[in-house]
Amino acid sequence: MQWETVIGLEVHVQLATRSKIFSGASTAFGAEPNTQACAVDLGLPGVLPVLNENAVAMALRFGLAIDAEIPEVSVFERKNYFYPDLPKGYQTSQMAQPIVGRGTVEILLEDGSRKAIRIHHAHLEEDAGKSLHEDFIGMSGIDLNRAGTPLLEIVSEPDMRSAKEASAYLRAIHTLVTYLGISDGNMAEGSMRCDVNVSVRPKGQAAFGTRAEIKNVNSFRFVERAIAFEVERQIDLLEEGGKVVQETRLFDPEADETRSMRTKEEANDYRYFPCPDLLPLMLDSAYVDHQRSLLPELPSAKRERFIEQLGLSTYDADILASDRDTAEYFEQVMAVCDDPKLAANWVQGDLSARLNRAGLSIGESPVGAEQLGGLLKRIKDETINGKAAKQVFSDLWERRFENADQVIEIKGLKQVTDSGALAQVIDQVIEANPVQVTQYREATEEKRGKMLGFFVGQVMKASRGTANPQQVNALLKQKLDALC
Amino acid sequence: MAIEHADVLRAAHLARLGLDNADADRYVDDLTRILNMVDRLREVDTEGVAPLAHPLDATQPLRADEVTEPDRRDVYQRCAPAVSEGLYLVPRVVE
Repeated sequence: MQWETVIGLEVHVQLATRSKIFSGASTAFGAEPNTQACAVDLGLPGVLPVLNENAVAMALRFGLAIDAEIPEVSVFERKNYFYPDLPKGYQTSQMAQPIVGRGTVEILLEDGSRKAIRIHHAHLEEDAGKSLHEDFIGMSGIDLNRAGTPLLEIVSEPDMRSAKEASAYLRAIHTLVTYLGISDGNMAEGSMRCDVNVSVRPKGQAAFGTRAEIKNVNSFRFVERAIAFEVERQIDLLEEGGKVVQETRLFDPEADETRSMRTKEEANDYRYFPCPDLLPLMLDSAYVDHQRSLLPELPSAKRERFIEQLGLSTYDADILASDRDTAEYFEQVMAVCDDPKLAANWVQGDLSARLNRAGLSIGESPVGAEQLGGLLKRIKDETINGKAAKQVFSDLWERRFENADQVIEIKGLKQVTDSGALAQVIDQVIEANPVQVTQYREATEEKRGKMLGFFVGQVMKASRGTANPQQVNALLKQKLDALC
Repeated sequence: MAIEHADVLRAAHLARLGLDNADADRYVDDLTRILNMVDRLREVDTEGVAPLAHPLDATQPLRADEVTEPDRRDVYQRCAPAVSEGLYLVPRVVE
């Protein structure tokens, strides 16, 4: 039987506020345990939560960026369950009236095509603390620094049909929230986590199969692997005549499998009800318009502009626009060198390869955008050739010089375009290699073309790489052919 | 709407309340009366009336995103039964 996979994602994005969603405690990562957990976060009696304006603004900007419905009123509710890292006994969240309504996120598939994924809604909520189960005999240690950190939970419709689509969607969300500056998107530190709902159904069937929810998947790669495993498990189960149970499963990256998390527990009953400590949140149109005016150019608009105004290929535009830091770096380089294609090639080629090798992000690049732009300007105006450019780039990378012009000047890398000087070098090379010259004269036209490479190499070497290769080629051929 | 003994015990379990059978019976009576009142409220015509999330006619004030809380861990941990290395210790929980 042919099976179809149906996937929906719930992505939790940690918002990049300085303080918590309902208290003035810091959200900085990596502090000593419980030093950033105040009375409100601890759920001590008599405290009152007050909503952080910036968390509201960030959620709203996300909603505007996905062209979502923005309701005038949204309501915070209590989601009740017991766990030691949730000292209040409930998580303050939103359910019936979330801050962001229906919207759409476009994803880019491997074949270059696009697909719209519908967003069901996005709501604000607080994060829980962390439980540490090792190192304490018979006890668990609780760190509540994370408790109360603002999260935006983005809930998609079950619109994805493969693991690849799911990871493309996660990437699109990552691109969007980092563009908007509402999250650092750092998955290793847990700034983006997702729960994946997976089911399978016979191809052509309209009704969905029973789904399993895979909790806390925290990398692009794990999303694909967790789904691949889960799909196979469900298909095997169904083909053997079994039934998929609706349950929560956990992905174990080491064993590369998902495991049932809650077997005997009854279906969750969170008994949501409006939080009496928080009043309904009203967003008037002036506030919404103000937030809209703060939106940066979004990835899709940037991509279009790169293609239409700068003449980049779809491939280049996709890569350069997919990350805000890369896009900004590229635009600065381009502004200096005034050659989009050259800038795109270098940012994606030499720079990106070097960054990858060094394990650095583009923001940490030792070669700044101004410096790279300055280098490319000298390629464009033919001050240096491609080979010298690589050397200049290397020197800038090692931070030996301040800018490309300095390297070119001090190292004497200026391309020799003076044909008189070049002719002299060529004459020397011809004189120094009589055997090769004889061979060249005796060769057929076809072979001569290949043999020319030897002479070009010698000339480039003699000029310490500063000769213009096209010019060398032309002059050499002229001189050698004159001898024949 | 009828409420039964088992419903009360389940609700008590979800709220982590310890009820004995006699308590539970009493709550069946109390809750039944409350639910009967809710049934009467249902007879009111609420067509076109938006659900009320809060009885006050006010909206949520917002605070500026500033860190205003200093570290007072030592004070807060004085009332905790057990702490170690800055962590609150609780009976071991395993999923």
